[in-house]
Amino acid sequence: MSLQTVKFYQTGTFTVGNRLLAPEERSVQANMQRTNSLNSGHRACQGCGEALGARYAIDAAMIASKGQLIAANATGCLEVFSTPYPETSWQIPWIHSLFGNAAAVATGIAAAIKVKRQKGQGGDVRVVAQGGDGGTTDIGFGCLSGMFERNDDVLYICYDNGGYMNTGVQRSSATPSAARTATTMPLGPEPGNPFGQGKFVPAIAMAHEIPYVATATVADLRDLEYKVTKAMGIRGARYIQILVPCPLGWGAASQDTILLARLAKETGIFPVFEAEFGEVKSALPIRRPQPVEEYLKLQKRFAHLFGKNPAVATIARIQAQADKNIRRYGLQARKGDH
Amino acid sequence: MDKPFAITLNPGSSLANHTGSWRTSRPVYLDRLPPCNSQCPAGEDIQGWLFHAESGGYEAAWRHLTRDNPFPAIMGRVCYHSCEAACNRGKIDEAVGINSVERFLGDEAVKQGWKLAPPERESGKKVLIVGAGPSGMSAAYHLRKLGHAVTVMDAGPYMGGMMRFGIPKYRLPREVLDAEMQRIVDLGVTVKLNSKVDNILDEMKQGGFDAAFLAVGAHIGKRAMIPSGDAARIVDAISVLRSMEGEDKPLLGRRVVVYGGGNTAIDVARTVKRMGAEPIIVYRRTRDKAPAHDFEIEEALQEGVMVKWLSTIKQAGDKEITIEKMALDDKGFPQPTGEFETLEADSVVLALGQDVDLGLLNGVPGLEVTDGVVKVAPNMMTGHAGIFAGGDMVPAERNVTVAVGHGKKAAKNIDAWLSGQTYAPPPKHEVAQFEKLNPWYYADAPKTVRPMLDIIRRQSTFEEVQGGLDETTALFEARRCLSCGNCFECDNCYGVCPDNAVIKLGPGKRFQFNYDYCKGCGMCVAECPCGAIKMEAEEI
Repeated sequence: MSLQTVKFYQTGTFTVGNRLLAPEERSVQANMQRTNSLNSGHRACQGCGEALGARYAIDAAMIASKGQLIAANATGCLEVFSTPYPETSWQIPWIHSLFGNAAAVATGIAAAIKVKRQKGQGGDVRVVAQGGDGGTTDIGFGCLSGMFERNDDVLYICYDNGGYMNTGVQRSSATPSAARTATTMPLGPEPGNPFGQGKFVPAIAMAHEIPYVATATVADLRDLEYKVTKAMGIRGARYIQILVPCPLGWGAASQDTILLARLAKETGIFPVFEAEFGEVKSALPIRRPQPVEEYLKLQKRFAHLFGKNPAVATIARIQAQADKNIRRYGLQARKGDH
Repeated sequence: MDKPFAITLNPGSSLANHTGSWRTSRPVYLDRLPPCNSQCPAGEDIQGWLFHAESGGYEAAWRHLTRDNPFPAIMGRVCYHSCEAACNRGKIDEAVGINSVERFLGDEAVKQGWKLAPPERESGKKVLIVGAGPSGMSAAYHLRKLGHAVTVMDAGPYMGGMMRFGIPKYRLPREVLDAEMQRIVDLGVTVKLNSKVDNILDEMKQGGFDAAFLAVGAHIGKRAMIPSGDAARIVDAISVLRSMEGEDKPLLGRRVVVYGGGNTAIDVARTVKRMGAEPIIVYRRTRDKAPAHDFEIEEALQEGVMVKWLSTIKQAGDKEITIEKMALDDKGFPQPTGEFETLEADSVVLALGQDVDLGLLNGVPGLEVTDGVVKVAPNMMTGHAGIFAGGDMVPAERNVTVAVGHGKKAAKNIDAWLSGQTYAPPPKHEVAQFEKLNPWYYADAPKTVRPMLDIIRRQSTFEEVQGGLDETTALFEARRCLSCGNCFECDNCYGVCPDNAVIKLGPGKRFQFNYDYCKGCGMCVAECPCGAIKMEAEEI
């Protein structure tokens, strides 16, 4: 288990806070003095998973770095909705340069901090780079791979919502198979996004053998905070991919954002695990196993799989992908896990 | 001011952007009525007192509980806890052991010597209560708390009514009963025992009482016409149970036939078993049709009580009785079959229900009696102004919890009546149905089972059958509460809002929405574990 074990206190560790827990055992988000790195007034859609995931992650990183944190942001929803010139929602030092160079900008900041420290100037300032899946798995992939390969002292956080949502829901290399986007319409013999080879960047990051790779979702706050905190305690290149449902792009109800993230994990569609130096160290086990339909049917981007003539074969292929994740990362529900 | 190249504006905060204007519906905090509270006959705020117990605040929990019911130690033993049947947790794993936590709190109060708070002021009014049973003593407590001078008169030699003379010791030890009765007396309630009220109007006039609450119970065992020989020994169950409290234990012989299928039949059978006799219950219908609670039947069977289902007593003789086998017809009614059987029997105990002794009401104008019980209005007042009644003597289910509830309800109405007003109960919140909860958030936690006394000792002694929880297990059990419909400060709304539009007010103060920024996504509602937030359409 990657989570701290809290013996049964009415809700265990499932809720954000818990009045029965000692204050030091509570989550960062339960704290009245949390940073609120991404403040109110941002222009994200109702129920935005990315806005939530970014606040969860950066608030935890702020605690772990004792407030000494700089963030480099790729172009994408997170940049556009948070910082329309001249306003910003960020309450931390934050820089945006281009779509594809967030990892390189962060590398540069880390190098500058290193030099300053060698000259005896400035304290131990940490660097985070962040972006959506488009800026990470497609456009910024070269810079990211270089950052991994050089083992630069940067934590890169990818908020994965499976597409270019900001520009009108186009397909990215993180878009799931069969999903409808503006560029993969549900038409023809194989409607929606084709079943390609897939591009799961956490596995690619692991192939770089960097010190720490993890995945998380906005449905498991404790797990997410634990992973960000752990990553901040490590020097070198680190990568965390957080699944952040997008009500707009996924065609889901705004109140279902956390439910969808939870179902992605519970069905095995999104494996939640952590790896060190290329080896999987632990996985968050499935608590209430569900078939993939439970996840798919809440989203209009998969609506063409259901209806009068359900695409049984396609759903079976998606189920096979989930089953493979369950096998590969050891996600089976275990007795005694909550 | 100096600005970098191509920059003309100073940086600003997004707080200037009030995204609350996007909203078409808004989240609102509310308290829903937990199903346990909703159906508690005594009107306890169960979720409310469990909330205190969850953090180990046992005295606060006890004080919260005793606002509605002054007898938690008794309740924790004899209440049939229909709250647990309604508990939403039953749909997740098993119902919360509300009854066992209640008993723990009651026992803790006795152990620690916690006292009930005295009334804040004296009203100068005098109220007479007839009957020191659960209903009468509950009314005495609530009336005394409201500042009235209360006198309780009872025909019996001890306080407790049916709790003493109807419920056997192995279910309710007398020390427990005495402790909780004494606590009411300590509040300044006058209790006159061995004082039968023969005429209520005379008694009120003599004592100068402004109002009366009658709760005399139902102590007369119903008889059935059974053809019997002169030597046949036929007694009623209530007298048997009552005589257990005195010096002279009942003489029933070795083979005792108990006639009836209610809780009293079970109680008397289990009692005579403990005295070394061999009880056989004879009941005309089947086990699932018997009015006794199934767990009581089960405990009786475990202790070796025999039962003849589908049988009626045809004739009773000196040393034996004749029973006739019955068969259920299409409508579920037992019909005779003409098949007979002879059972060895030294005595027959009739447990066929009880009637009320209404003697004290003779000559009271306006009173209405139907089917042997006194009719009361919704405010518990009889047809005679100023005389209220409750418990087993009015039409209702007959059990201790209902009686306690009557006492509380009557007290509130008497209090209002004494000042020339009518009591209007506060409107009830909507019930927190299971569908309103998000059960994902509750960690699995199986129910803590209370220890049971060894079977051998249950067959031969009057020691209490069911044990209590200790502090750790009681705390665990309290924490199994889902807090249905009432915020328990889990911080979920504060955490899951993508817009930081929930303000945490601090421990015990709950939360508040910041509608300047709330976009109305509804995530807080969906992720609230206990259903304490709802969406409301914005008025445009």
